[in-house]
Amino acid sequence: MLVPILKQGDYLIASIQSELSDADLLKLRDDLVRRVSEFRSRGVIVDVTVLDVMDSFATRTLRAMAHMIMLRGAETVIVGIQPEVAFSMVQLGLKLEGVETALDLEEGLALLDNRIKKGDKKLGT
Amino acid sequence: MEHEVCIPVSSEIDIVTARQKGRQMAAPLGFSNTELTLIATAISEVVRNIVEYARSGELCLDIVREGDRRGIVVTAQDRGPGIPNIKLAMQDGYSTGKSLGLGLPGAKRLMDEFEIESEVGRGTKITMKKWVQKNAR
Repeated sequence: MLVPILKQGDYLIASIQSELSDADLLKLRDDLVRRVSEFRSRGVIVDVTVLDVMDSFATRTLRAMAHMIMLRGAETVIVGIQPEVAFSMVQLGLKLEGVETALDLEEGLALLDNRIKKGDKKLGT
Repeated sequence: MEHEVCIPVSSEIDIVTARQKGRQMAAPLGFSNTELTLIATAISEVVRNIVEYARSGELCLDIVREGDRRGIVVTAQDRGPGIPNIKLAMQDGYSTGKSLGLGLPGAKRLMDEFEIESEVGRGTKITMKKWVQKNAR
């Protein structure tokens, strides 16, 4: 199942539409890392609202993806982790260390706006 | 054992199928949404274990009754290489593959009962159960 990636200004938004297989997740990771470079994006939002399971593989892949995107100079926010999924991740011992999360797409966009503007101010632009 | 359902496991695609089937089977028993997610996640971990280490195997789901309690029993079986040191494999962070090493110990935490039998060269069988909480809602 392909995950559509929308470009909105400086940001890329990937909205997961259905359960993903391991291969789909890896493809999403590769596509996003590639497009960040292609579009010179500053921020990436991955919306996982529809995922009813985030197991060790999904968590590891999303974390790796966020780190790769960071190395390309952009920020990643994972939005929409369901309460049940959060509960299960914690019980499983999974952590999304070093990855920003937000409640939903709107909060995610606000978080990116905030961080990127702040960064620009520091640079004096 | 009333209506056991078995799903052959031979590729990572079967992981998604297996956990969806698990959720479907557990839902009518009266599990909460959170419990259904825990069951589906535990299934995901044990099936991934089959795909990663044994390449193929089988996941079976069934409803269990014991006195007046009901639950779901999940059995993951393969004829893979087996686990030489189960104690080590059940430790958080231990992995001989490329995973985080949270799969098996994690699955155990998500379920109520968890048993693992393994013989090197012959395969592994994991049996796990989750009971419907009587007082839940």
